[in-house]
Amino acid sequence: MAIAVRIPTILRSYTGGEKAVQGAGDTLGDLLTDLDTRHPGLRGRLVTDEGGLHRFVNIYINDEDVRFLGALDAKVADGDTVTILPAVAGG
Amino acid sequence: MLTIDAAILDAIVAHARRDHPDEACGVVTGEVGSDRPTRHIPMENSERSSTFYRFDAMEQLRVWRDMDDRDEEPVVIYHSHTATEAYPSRTDVNLAAEPGAHYLLVSTRDPQITEIRSFRIVDGTVGEEPLRVVNATVDPVAVQSYMFGQTPVEVDYECRA
Repeated sequence: MAIAVRIPTILRSYTGGEKAVQGAGDTLGDLLTDLDTRHPGLRGRLVTDEGGLHRFVNIYINDEDVRFLGALDAKVADGDTVTILPAVAGG
Repeated sequence: MLTIDAAILDAIVAHARRDHPDEACGVVTGEVGSDRPTRHIPMENSERSSTFYRFDAMEQLRVWRDMDDRDEEPVVIYHSHTATEAYPSRTDVNLAAEPGAHYLLVSTRDPQITEIRSFRIVDGTVGEEPLRVVNATVDPVAVQSYMFGQTPVEVDYECRA
């Protein structure tokens, strides 16, 4: 089972410079935990200590924002593409 | 140094003026590795706020995918400040996530004079850089309203001390 995950420039230090990596899991939370076994520290940039998604990171499953799919509980399946983009925001 | 075409800078300023008193935001993309901003994309400020901006998440996905397909990257990320100077706020610094981009700040606090400055924001550190405007062939009188110094074809800004 493989899910393609696209990694933004600022997080590629965790993936050895790779733009895309593969992982497995039934939910986004499982997938991020799986990725963290091979790319330690990556999950910590996406998930807060309280266990929620960081507010200023956008994660999409295929074409949908995971905030509308249950966030870390969102279902993922083989063949899905997960895209991570840091929010472009400020004051 | 950021080198940018006058027509693109004009379009950015027009966007900032149009959205005032809300903050305007957008991106200018260019070929990967070129450091040349060529395609201006005004983005929706999903916060619709005079003190905060955030690219709309779905629009950002579409634009970023399109960039990938074209082998482009975000060369300039711009936003306006509507009541303060064109200098990155603490929030701007904390949330800056594109270390390769030029962060362009436009202040619309003065209705007559538009302040424009360019910065790098890397690992929480702000560095101002000169802004060089090329192909400034538009009406020099109109241009004067937002440029500090100019020649008809090229403008160099020096960083403030």
